[in-house]
Amino acid sequence: MSLSPDDVKRIARLARIEIDDSQALASQSQLNTIFDLIATMQAVDTQGIAPMAHAQEVTQRLRADSVTETDHHAAFQAIAPAVENGLYLVPKVIE
Amino acid sequence: MKWETVIGLEVHTQLATQSKIFSGSSTAFGASPNTQASAVDIALPGVLPVLNKGAVECAIKFALAIGATLNRINVFDRKNYFYPDLPKGYQISQLAKPIVEGGVLTFLVGDTERTVNLTRAHLEEDAGKSLHEDFHGMTGIDLNRAGTPLLEIVSEPEIRSSAEAVAYARALHTLVTWIGICDGNMQEGSFRVDANVSVRPVGQAEFGTRREIKNLNSFKFLQQAIDYEVRWQIETLEDGGRIEQATVLFDPDTGETRMMRSKEDAHDYRYFPDPDLLPVKLDEDWIESVRNALPELPAAMQLRFQSEYSVSAYDAGLLTGSRALAEYFEAAACACGQGKLVANWVMGELSATLNKAELDITQSPVSARQLGALVARIQDGTLSGKLAKLVFEGLWEGAGEVDAIIEARGLKQMSDSGELEKIIDDVLASNQKSVEEFHSGKEKAFNALIGQVMKASKGKANPAQVNDLLKAKLQ
Amino acid sequence: MSDASLNALAAQLAAKQVSSRELAQQYLDRITALNPSLNAFITVDADKTLAEAATADARIAAGRAGPLTGVPIAHKDIFCTDGWLTTCGSKMLHNFVAPYDAHVIQRFKAAGMPSLGKTNMDEFAMGSSNETSYFGAVKNPWNTAYVPGGSSGGAAACVAARLAPAATGTDTGGSIRQPAALCGITGLKPTYGLVSRFGMIAFASSLDQAGPMAPSAEDCALLLNVMTGFDPNDSTSLERDKEDYTRDLEQPLTGLRIGLPREFFAEGLNNEVAASVEAAVTELKKLGATTIEISLANSQLAIPVYYVLAPAEASSNLSRFDGVRYGYRAPEYTNLDDMYCKTRAQGFGAEVKRRILIGAYVLSHGYYDAYYLQAQKIRRLIANDFTEAFKSCDVILGPTAPGTAFKLGEKSDNPVEMYLNDLYTIPANLAGLPGMSLPCGFDSQGLPIGLQLVGNYFSEAKMLNVAHQYQRATDWHARVPEGLK
Repeated sequence: MSLSPDDVKRIARLARIEIDDSQALASQSQLNTIFDLIATMQAVDTQGIAPMAHAQEVTQRLRADSVTETDHHAAFQAIAPAVENGLYLVPKVIE
Repeated sequence: MKWETVIGLEVHTQLATQSKIFSGSSTAFGASPNTQASAVDIALPGVLPVLNKGAVECAIKFALAIGATLNRINVFDRKNYFYPDLPKGYQISQLAKPIVEGGVLTFLVGDTERTVNLTRAHLEEDAGKSLHEDFHGMTGIDLNRAGTPLLEIVSEPEIRSSAEAVAYARALHTLVTWIGICDGNMQEGSFRVDANVSVRPVGQAEFGTRREIKNLNSFKFLQQAIDYEVRWQIETLEDGGRIEQATVLFDPDTGETRMMRSKEDAHDYRYFPDPDLLPVKLDEDWIESVRNALPELPAAMQLRFQSEYSVSAYDAGLLTGSRALAEYFEAAACACGQGKLVANWVMGELSATLNKAELDITQSPVSARQLGALVARIQDGTLSGKLAKLVFEGLWEGAGEVDAIIEARGLKQMSDSGELEKIIDDVLASNQKSVEEFHSGKEKAFNALIGQVMKASKGKANPAQVNDLLKAKLQ
Repeated sequence: MSDASLNALAAQLAAKQVSSRELAQQYLDRITALNPSLNAFITVDADKTLAEAATADARIAAGRAGPLTGVPIAHKDIFCTDGWLTTCGSKMLHNFVAPYDAHVIQRFKAAGMPSLGKTNMDEFAMGSSNETSYFGAVKNPWNTAYVPGGSSGGAAACVAARLAPAATGTDTGGSIRQPAALCGITGLKPTYGLVSRFGMIAFASSLDQAGPMAPSAEDCALLLNVMTGFDPNDSTSLERDKEDYTRDLEQPLTGLRIGLPREFFAEGLNNEVAASVEAAVTELKKLGATTIEISLANSQLAIPVYYVLAPAEASSNLSRFDGVRYGYRAPEYTNLDDMYCKTRAQGFGAEVKRRILIGAYVLSHGYYDAYYLQAQKIRRLIANDFTEAFKSCDVILGPTAPGTAFKLGEKSDNPVEMYLNDLYTIPANLAGLPGMSLPCGFDSQGLPIGLQLVGNYFSEAKMLNVAHQYQRATDWHARVPEGLK
């Protein structure tokens, strides 16, 4: 299997990373060497094997439903790129 | 060509928990921007989610209420996409192993009972809000809502008209508020409906291409949006066009739907199990304790009202329109033992007066006990229907208890037959014409005489008694 | 001072032979002198360090000192530290002053251990050489033309050069153990779930685990006592009784069964590394251990599995860096989407972007089953191999890395060759098992060699016992680079 420059651009688009044609081309060859390495696992017969998503076989602990947080928006927004009236500002969102 | 409409609904219900699904922030509505957005909610680097037990319990209640399967092991997944109101760049949701699968909702469309199967219901987190007022050409982001727990309830595509869709949504709204998992406030976005709509020629087995109408926050808009969309799809097809799969928005001002994104722009959400959250295990003891704490559900209560209080299926449906209304009815009915009469009062005078005053049943100035007492006085003959309305007015104004109002306003129905006979004699004497007409076979004349007697008694005469005495006198 | 163990420093502090402020100042002076040539630190803030040391002194004076109160430590710049710049080695967070403390930081603060600063690292912990840091490469104290390993390269270098008596690190695929090996120090990655990940900037959530890095196993045991413990803010944190990881240090090794995986001594292993590790086995046998050959057949697939799972999780974990709420935002853009794309193109370095692309690809529509699901299944096969192996041995031993430190720039254009450096360390992350690296010799160029121990779940005390007994019999861990003493 191998990625085309268009594949690279499609995934860069999914990941919201700007990439131009020459970068896509350069990434493509590097990514393909990595995918060649990854491809070695395709040969393994994993029928009947349960996927392992977590390092420990434990189940989710549940938090009691109570309000434990207080307002820290001033501290949080002191490090924000753009805020006004307590809101984070972003370029206009068009729906 | 005749067309059939196919609708499936996805309803986002905000769960009535104190805190958010993955953080200890308050979920209260209306706070200043970002004051209820903790480090977890704004997705600071390094923060982690911890699941709220209350949100899981809401989902268990819902599953038990609709007879669904509860997945004893269910899993949270990440749905990846970029949007400024989604701070992590992914929404924590459930895809492959949702907490609830299956279940049915039964409701009335007019007089006809309909049953719709549910596909699933899963837990997820709400997004923040984008405020589009102009900030020098920028959009403001408020993350107070981010992380509010949602139960997304998905129906099978078994709904066939906008009227059915609204009836389904209303029944679901009644149920989720009934079992207390959602406050049902549609203005505040607590109950939001997405409608998947397609049309196909009658008789065709496969579905047409669907378009999804997003974020309908009133039953009226749901109806309007579907009606418009169905018309639009049929016209498009009849004009030789094709329907493209798309997501659309409904504009209440124009009454039209418009394209938000086409299938080509559809996200590739790259779902995968959230490695920060472990599989959720529901143990049997927990499920049983939730089951035992569930209130009697609307469907069961409707059947019981029909058998215990002899109300019609239709009336039982109306009386269980909300849990508060049903509880009011039952308290009033128990107070006087007259279910049928109480039902008429609740759905008649009381509902009309509440509507006029824009109050809901929980705000009624007339308590269930008082209404019961009023009906008891009708039943024992103290009050005629007409007098009872006057007493009801007194109760509404807060003039005191039923008997006190009857006493104070002199509204007692005449029970002394001697006094009544005298009035009747007077009326017969001064209405000879009507008496003659009655004898010549005109039934109407009888009613006119009753009216005169009631008038002369200032409404205090017992109509049944008047009827009997008058008949006897005219023999 | 620069050679003192944590126990020795704690004893000096307790005996009032030195104050925490004096001790901190000595290390700060050493950092001032040596860091410019090593670049082990991203942030040093003497005022903050000395203020924390003064607080520790007050605790000592008040008789409320814990075992390590007053002993300073350096923290990997991956841990959010309230009021400190926390960059994760990235331009994306070059201006991010964390507004809260990671759980690990809270624990060290509660223990009264002043922070000497934030150590350099591969960007978002992605790298095995510390060359991907936005703040420049870290140099190996044994030879500054060589890499220190990564991603906790700053931590390893600062401990090796004795710029700090100890440091924290994190390990997703070997990021504590490999730099520990390449810098000649001891480092331990605990069982997944023992140390809270709250406040530790996520790379691959199901693999990330923080751990101690210090000259000796005894030091690591003391630090592990501070770092571990249940945290309700991390859903994967394990609720277990608190352990004393020093409890078994002095146990003899008589009867210890060491498993030697044949796959770890096969093709690809540098001869000098093999010889040193084998010599260490001989030494451990002298101490009473026996060996048994085992097989971890599926471990050979660890790298492909890892390079599916870790980038997949990372691609999602790093989506929050969008220029909206904190960190870098591109100075110019035409609209929201352009702001996202430029911010992320400019804010992330090449290796991070590469892994985000890999992750986005393996999770994208139509590829999930072939890549992600297949990798998760093989992950289980790898874990099962360990379960089987631990039926016949108490601890698994092998090399930490296939070679010693390589030259700066030598592998930076060849990602796959770089990835192969983590061949022996990744399996423990996939299985969630504890692993540690300790010095066991030097190659002909004078560069350190590390051996790796992998234990069964929660067997840290046993591993530390083995390492400590070995370190009592050898002095590899006590060596300090010439000119840095």
